[in-house]
Amino acid sequence: MQKVKIDVRNLNLTIGKQQILKDVNVQIPDKKITVILGPSGCGKTTLLKSLNRLIDLYPEMKVTGSIMLDDIDILHTKEDITEIRKKMGLLSQRPYPLPMNIYKNITFGLRISGRRKKRNLMKRVEHYLKQANLWDELKDRLKDPASCLSIGQQQRLCLARGLAVDPEIILADEPTSALDPISSTAIEEKFLELKDYYTIVVVTHSLQQARRIADHVIFMYLGEVVEQGPAKEFFENPIEERTKAYLKGLFS
Amino acid sequence: MKFFLLNRRFRDKSHFIWMTISIILVILLPIFLATGLIIKSQPILSTNEFSSLLFSSEWKPLSGKFGLLTFIVSSLWVTFLSILIAAPICLLTAIYLTQYARRYLLRAMHPVIDILAGIPSVIYGVWGILVIVPFISNYLGPALGKETSGYTVLAGALVLAVMIIPFILNIMIEVLKTIPDALKEAALSLGATQWQTVKRVILKKAFPGLLSAVSLGISRAFGETIAVLMVVGNVTRIPSGVFEPGYPLPALIANNYGEMLSIPMYDSALMLSALVLFAVVLLFNLASRMAIARYEKLQ
Repeated sequence: MQKVKIDVRNLNLTIGKQQILKDVNVQIPDKKITVILGPSGCGKTTLLKSLNRLIDLYPEMKVTGSIMLDDIDILHTKEDITEIRKKMGLLSQRPYPLPMNIYKNITFGLRISGRRKKRNLMKRVEHYLKQANLWDELKDRLKDPASCLSIGQQQRLCLARGLAVDPEIILADEPTSALDPISSTAIEEKFLELKDYYTIVVVTHSLQQARRIADHVIFMYLGEVVEQGPAKEFFENPIEERTKAYLKGLFS
Repeated sequence: MKFFLLNRRFRDKSHFIWMTISIILVILLPIFLATGLIIKSQPILSTNEFSSLLFSSEWKPLSGKFGLLTFIVSSLWVTFLSILIAAPICLLTAIYLTQYARRYLLRAMHPVIDILAGIPSVIYGVWGILVIVPFISNYLGPALGKETSGYTVLAGALVLAVMIIPFILNIMIEVLKTIPDALKEAALSLGATQWQTVKRVILKKAFPGLLSAVSLGISRAFGETIAVLMVVGNVTRIPSGVFEPGYPLPALIANNYGEMLSIPMYDSALMLSALVLFAVVLLFNLASRMAIARYEKLQ
């Protein structure tokens, strides 16, 4: 198997008496697209948010186990959590542009970590907007509020904003569920382009989307990992009965 | 059968009529109030110049001089001082409760805030006389080298601040609760610390709502009567500092209406001060609404 970027070991997560994640063990390969697949409410998003410790926001969640990013256990590390989060860009279900203009959205991550040289910032804005295929549309409206863009543009802006902090990993939580088909395709194609440089983790409940983009699949059901493996094997020769049933469309 | 149907339809209609009447009443109420005040203050307005009434501080009812400046200035002092005290406290508390504290603390605080908001203002006034006034005259004043009875603008503002804190806090909590978690997550995942997230994203997003919380607080503070009247001193002289007594507009009306009305024009002068109070609150509300609309457009 290829190099493992994130290694989740025995991860359990509970809220009160309810167990959201049950003994999750998954390996996420480096510089591939890993798709976390499963029906709604199976814990996919929670798993994703554990990866960059956004679960810290919800003190009622109790977590045990470990998440190894390269060689650091990010659940128990003494390192600055903001530095770890910066290694992972997040794309959420709906775009949430920050309440500021387009330029400031892209440079937010840089400015809060103290990089303020105007010329450098401008270069980066151009570079990352180009990466998100937004530069031509937006180069004359950088001072406009980000909220005036279309949803599809906003989502690409959020991608550019995430890339601008130079992450190693992109975490995407059903990134196309609020988008129209054309914008969705644009995002998917972007992922396929970016996977040579980034480790990409995409949560989705769309089997079709998983088939289109996945190199590696993690199938979850009711808080457990049912099956995981390279996409080809997963789709052609699933081992578990529940996987077979899901792939046939018996439940979703 | 047909009778029942008709009856049902009639009842349906009749409820609609009641609702319409209620709405019209609600809309007409402020108009009636304003009209009443304008008519009642006509006598003094027709014999005196409006600007001389507003901008003169000479209040000598017996010689027919009704300058309202003292009261207006007192009101402004007390109101803005109280907001200056209350707003930062409310903001920090609301941020802590919604962004940092565990959820049960917020749940536990809600009834406490509601109870504070429901205490009758006369009780706050008594508390002011028993606690705030002696505190100012015995400790705070001497510590700052001021000799004072304690019945001061500062006492009024402090009591008022305590009264409007639950009111502003409630709105601020509701405003901050509407900020989606995903926006926080977005900022955090860009490497922002929690405080950076609060300062640069959440407060920015919530700004219009927070502003309207403060402006509703100002309107409330401007009109609050009893509690302020009990501690503010009620001396007819423009206060030159916070350790001076003041005499706000609502206190003027409450203290004097119904008494000494045999003095010519007195009644009308008090009505004019009520009209001024009404107008200030109204204009202030309009202005803050416009500011908020404008900010939202810019976002």
